[in-house]
Amino acid sequence: MSESASANAPKPSSSVKLVLLGEAAVGKSSLVLRFVNNDFQENKEPTIGAAFLTQKCTLPTRTIKFEIWDTAGQERFASLAPMYYRNAQAALVVYDVTKPSSLTKAKHWVAELQRQASPGIVIALVGNKLDLTNDGGDAAGASVAPQVESESAGQDGEEGAGEEAEGQLPASGDARKVSTREASTYADEEGLLFFETSAKIGTNVVEVFTAIANAIPESSLKTGRGAAGAGQTALGSRSGEDSRVNLGDRNTATAKEGCAC
Amino acid sequence: MDEIAPEYDVVVLGTGLTECVLSGVLSVKGNKVLHIDRNDHYGGEAASVNIETLFKKYGNVPAGEEPWKKYGRVNDWNIDLVPKLLMANGELTNILVSTDVTRYLEFKQIAGSYVQQGKAAKATVAKVPSDAGEALRSSLMGLFEKRRAKKFLEWVGEFNKENPASHQGLNIGSCTMKEVYDKFGLEDNTRDFVGHSMALYPSDEYINKPGAAIETIDRIRLYVNSMARYGKSPYIYPLYGLGELPQGFARLSAIYGGTYMLNTDIDEVLYDESGKVSGIKATMKDRDDQAAAMKFETKTKKIIADPSYFPNKVKVTGYLLKAICILKHPIDKTDSSDSLQLIIPQSQIGRKHDIYIAMVSSAHNVCPKGYYIAIVSTIAENDANHHLELEPGFERLGAIEEKFMGPPIPIYEPLESGEKDNVFISKSYDSTSHFETTTYDIRDLYQRAAGEELKVEGLREGQSLAQE
Repeated sequence: MSESASANAPKPSSSVKLVLLGEAAVGKSSLVLRFVNNDFQENKEPTIGAAFLTQKCTLPTRTIKFEIWDTAGQERFASLAPMYYRNAQAALVVYDVTKPSSLTKAKHWVAELQRQASPGIVIALVGNKLDLTNDGGDAAGASVAPQVESESAGQDGEEGAGEEAEGQLPASGDARKVSTREASTYADEEGLLFFETSAKIGTNVVEVFTAIANAIPESSLKTGRGAAGAGQTALGSRSGEDSRVNLGDRNTATAKEGCAC
Repeated sequence: MDEIAPEYDVVVLGTGLTECVLSGVLSVKGNKVLHIDRNDHYGGEAASVNIETLFKKYGNVPAGEEPWKKYGRVNDWNIDLVPKLLMANGELTNILVSTDVTRYLEFKQIAGSYVQQGKAAKATVAKVPSDAGEALRSSLMGLFEKRRAKKFLEWVGEFNKENPASHQGLNIGSCTMKEVYDKFGLEDNTRDFVGHSMALYPSDEYINKPGAAIETIDRIRLYVNSMARYGKSPYIYPLYGLGELPQGFARLSAIYGGTYMLNTDIDEVLYDESGKVSGIKATMKDRDDQAAAMKFETKTKKIIADPSYFPNKVKVTGYLLKAICILKHPIDKTDSSDSLQLIIPQSQIGRKHDIYIAMVSSAHNVCPKGYYIAIVSTIAENDANHHLELEPGFERLGAIEEKFMGPPIPIYEPLESGEKDNVFISKSYDSTSHFETTTYDIRDLYQRAAGEELKVEGLREGQSLAQE
């Protein structure tokens, strides 16, 4: 899996912008915090005041550095900016397995992504709060979507997850209100990755991100920030050199007083 | 969840750049901010719109037709409504870096900065020299004039307000720029290009203004230092258009707890018995279902707003003329630059105000490949025939696929400081080619509204994020 295979040879590393969507209080931030603070701690970057959280995901052949954008609450009154979706290569659409209305909302976000985001975006539908169901807690990690262990391509993991989970009938008496079958059928129809997770106890969290990392086509990966994500139209400069500028380095570059005359 | 708090420290109306920067800064500083726009998109007058929206906005749509369809995917277009660029070394860049908003945006250089000499068929276009060395190679001046210009630019570089030895014997605090030009014996043509293409004054008013020399020197230095930063021009530009800027600052505000409501009308502004603002009544519209509109009322101590929200508290200071033009070719005589600013100084065409052309293209992800978006703008000098006022600009563009030009755009500024009623109003985007004056307004508004000077350096240190 992602954290293993510690071959010492440096692997190609790519940045991937991942956006979070879903109704408030379904656990979007918790999922990310679980992922970012898991056993990848050594790679963690400061989060206070951060524009987005970052976390590396190491695959057998490459390293994916997720830039994870939270909605910062701007979805609450339908006020997300187009910038949020801009160049996103992956999206995590989260609902709460104990709250049917949150799946409805998730479907709305999927439609919005299909309308606004880049055509090749990888979308994962995630039913969170599995710990509140009878199949949560103990055996959940094994019961839902173990296929990602195979490290095969993401598409397989997605279908496998659906099939495997479909066999599971929601047990009565627990808090589950959205059946696995309903959500996975929808995910299949829309071509989404599908997982049920518990951010609280960690079930399937790493698996979601690993599956997304695997599902992102090699061709759409970029090595540096902005190198290819916007590259489809970036051949404007005549001399061939890229005229992009990095504002971050300006303080070190020419902070001197006076004039360059 | 869908809760609106009973009270906010500040309600901000309009999501233009000025409002969004202030909203961001105020949220970072711990204020509880509610930020509202009547439109269903960010940016207000500083938005970038797609081509369908542009056609509809300017009414260039014959009944039953969809003329935007021949321009490819509608969302591949991000067309600015405000013709401005960022100075690479300017204050907006500083604010972007200090607030880390640069992390949401990518910038590219504008490929060139040009100035026209002569008019009509005799017009030539030259690159604006970026430093003393380039001035020496420029076609803009004769040999002896080049030496004088070089001396002048070197002096501008060495000038130090605090050191009288660098003042060339001029009483620099009170003298006019004319006296400075005279001192260096610069020809009219050189004064013209220095004042208009480097100091970026839109008219000649500055020349005889006592005490304006230092400001002029600062402006030339800003130009030269911005030029020196990345090399091709003094300007940078955000990929996907200027509309990304307000969105970036809105996100900053949201991350620090700011609440955003687009598509929301202000029904009433409430005042207390002392005449100070006390709250608002508003309605959040529903995109699909009018009946589902949500009415609410909340208290606030202060309002920051763009001029459109308080038409009775602002005055018109001038009118901007602007035409957005879609081209299928780069502009002639500009080395096929994918982007540029071209200034047509007023003196060359018998006007009082310069004409600006700002052009961007697919290199900045604002349109599909093969297209160029040029905005021609100036300050209106007549009451009619505005199209003719922009004509020298259109001449430079050559064949124009599509032209969008509305009536003259009023430029507003607030009547009062806001001290009396705690309603703090921003200025409209002016006719300058960059955002420096916008940042003056941001600083001024912040000072008025917050009662302290705006310091963006180190702003985010020690501040905490909003918790969900």
